[in-house]
Amino acid sequence: MVENRRFLNILAHLVLILGVAFVAFPVYIALIASTHGQNDFLSGVIPLLPGHDTIRNYSAMMTQGLASSGAPPLWLMLGNSLIMALSISIGKIAISIISAFAIVYFRFPGRMIAFWLIFVTLMLPVEVRILPTYKVVAELGMLNTYAGLTVPLIASATATFLFRQVFLTIPEELMEAARIDGAGPMKFFWDILLPLSRTNIAALFVILFIYGWNQYLWPLLVTTGTDHYTIVLGIKRMADIADQQPEWNFIMSTVVLAMVPPVLVVIFMQRLFVKGLIETEK
Amino acid sequence: MAAITLESVGKTYAGGVTAVHAIDLAIEDGEFLVLVGPSGCGKSTLLRMIAGLETISSGAVKIGNRVVNQVEPAERDIAMVFQNYALYPHMSVRENLAYGLKNRGVPKDEIARRVAEAAKILEIGGFLDRKPRALSGGQRQRVAMGRAIVREPAAFLFDEPLSNLDAKLRVQMRGEIKQLQARLGTTSIYVTHDQLEAMTLAHRLVVLNGGRIEQVGTPLEVYRKPASTFVAAFIGSPAMNLLQAEVSGGRVRLGGASLPAPGAAEGKVTLGLRPEDLQRTRPGAEGALLMNVAYVEELGAQRLVHGTVGGQSLVCAQPVESDLGDTLTLTADPAAVHLFDAASGKRLG
Repeated sequence: MVENRRFLNILAHLVLILGVAFVAFPVYIALIASTHGQNDFLSGVIPLLPGHDTIRNYSAMMTQGLASSGAPPLWLMLGNSLIMALSISIGKIAISIISAFAIVYFRFPGRMIAFWLIFVTLMLPVEVRILPTYKVVAELGMLNTYAGLTVPLIASATATFLFRQVFLTIPEELMEAARIDGAGPMKFFWDILLPLSRTNIAALFVILFIYGWNQYLWPLLVTTGTDHYTIVLGIKRMADIADQQPEWNFIMSTVVLAMVPPVLVVIFMQRLFVKGLIETEK
Repeated sequence: MAAITLESVGKTYAGGVTAVHAIDLAIEDGEFLVLVGPSGCGKSTLLRMIAGLETISSGAVKIGNRVVNQVEPAERDIAMVFQNYALYPHMSVRENLAYGLKNRGVPKDEIARRVAEAAKILEIGGFLDRKPRALSGGQRQRVAMGRAIVREPAAFLFDEPLSNLDAKLRVQMRGEIKQLQARLGTTSIYVTHDQLEAMTLAHRLVVLNGGRIEQVGTPLEVYRKPASTFVAAFIGSPAMNLLQAEVSGGRVRLGGASLPAPGAAEGKVTLGLRPEDLQRTRPGAEGALLMNVAYVEELGAQRLVHGTVGGQSLVCAQPVESDLGDTLTLTADPAAVHLFDAASGKRLG
């Protein structure tokens, strides 16, 4: 805005602060709740100031878990979630970028059909095809395995379309120059396409990591033993107990810990792709 | 270094469109050949067929004594400079230059030597570690040429390499390309739509139109004896005047005027006169062209007078100091009179 009036400045800041408070308040509550002891919640009033049980809560969750609600120690669930999120994001990126490469740079029979078949998978989210997918996974004996957790979620080439658009913006002369420079198709892929797509890969990695980390329905179906529980599943198990008070201090410390990896991924990758945006020119 | 031979090379696209019709051309070892023509004349397609980026529908391309129709671009021993430079954006200038050599398994110290040498020739040593985006247009152009030079190929192929530069830089780079080619003595094929670029660079130029060769010759041959009205209008600036006229009694007649045309067959012709070949003569001179002046363009070194002769438009170049009236009395040397067949546009005599 061109005007610089005191009143408008105050108003603008007020709106912004309100907005931030509105978004951040639940996170703050979770953080505070994870620092209190079990009994502080019995009064029904949610405390707003930090308590004294931070270390006890977190160490108990990390090492022992919450046996009463069937949740294993957190490090195990965090590890499972990490394996799942990483497998899904890396797997999807790998499959999509290779299929986009094939579709854009090679002329083969059925090329457009292949593209449209891939495109159709975009319209079928996991929830829609969950029953047949479960059946296939069960028949293949992949229940309670990491493969069962991740492969069905990898097997939709969502990002193929994105990489196709990226590749189409790369000038054809670059490919021709590489051909004259003696780079075969795979060398062109590794030496030129991949480095030029790294900002897109970074952006996609962030989205897919969070997508994989937040998966709930699918892990709920394919895991029965606690060995393969993911963190989101664990939180749900802990909150979902009958006949007694949920142990909010433990649940909230789990929630806080569950937020850390996605936040780290966003912070770290953000730097990478902002850097990439400034540097790359096609 | 090698000679390049095209034997009835043609290109027909899948849709049935023929871009290049059976072209025969022999390019000598060390020659600088320029393919020139308007857009869509097939010049780029022809170059890309020589490079191996486009399949050859018919005929054969030979580099040296080897038919290369089925040979991959990388194995043809050629280097190409693209219009938009096609530098790898994520690699430094040094890596850009070295990439092709690395892929060929050239030893590291040899790569370093060749890169240093090319950098010295092109004066790009100061920014070998920069990325292409940090370079100006002219510098990128040099790097693109450097990438061709380090390969030490049998032939350079240039695809309108100067079109993306501003006018001043274009003239400067044109001079540098000419000197560089003379110094390295590498066979070069250069594609352009700019007739001035073609005239100044070429040992021989090939004028293409509609996928066929209109004329092949040295710049002066093409300028002095254009083979058709197409070439006449395309080569030379300002363009040659083309007028409807008639030959009778050894003179070419245009309204009341007539110019000497010894030996020409009687009948309708197209008369070609270059603006710079028209001279003023005294009023009332026999057979002189009477030009009604419409307007004048001042170019500094000369002025271009636009007008009409017998209802047909005409341009003539005049010295700046000349005192112009409403009418100019003009004549031309017999040697400066070009006659073309009125129907086919082919040169007569």
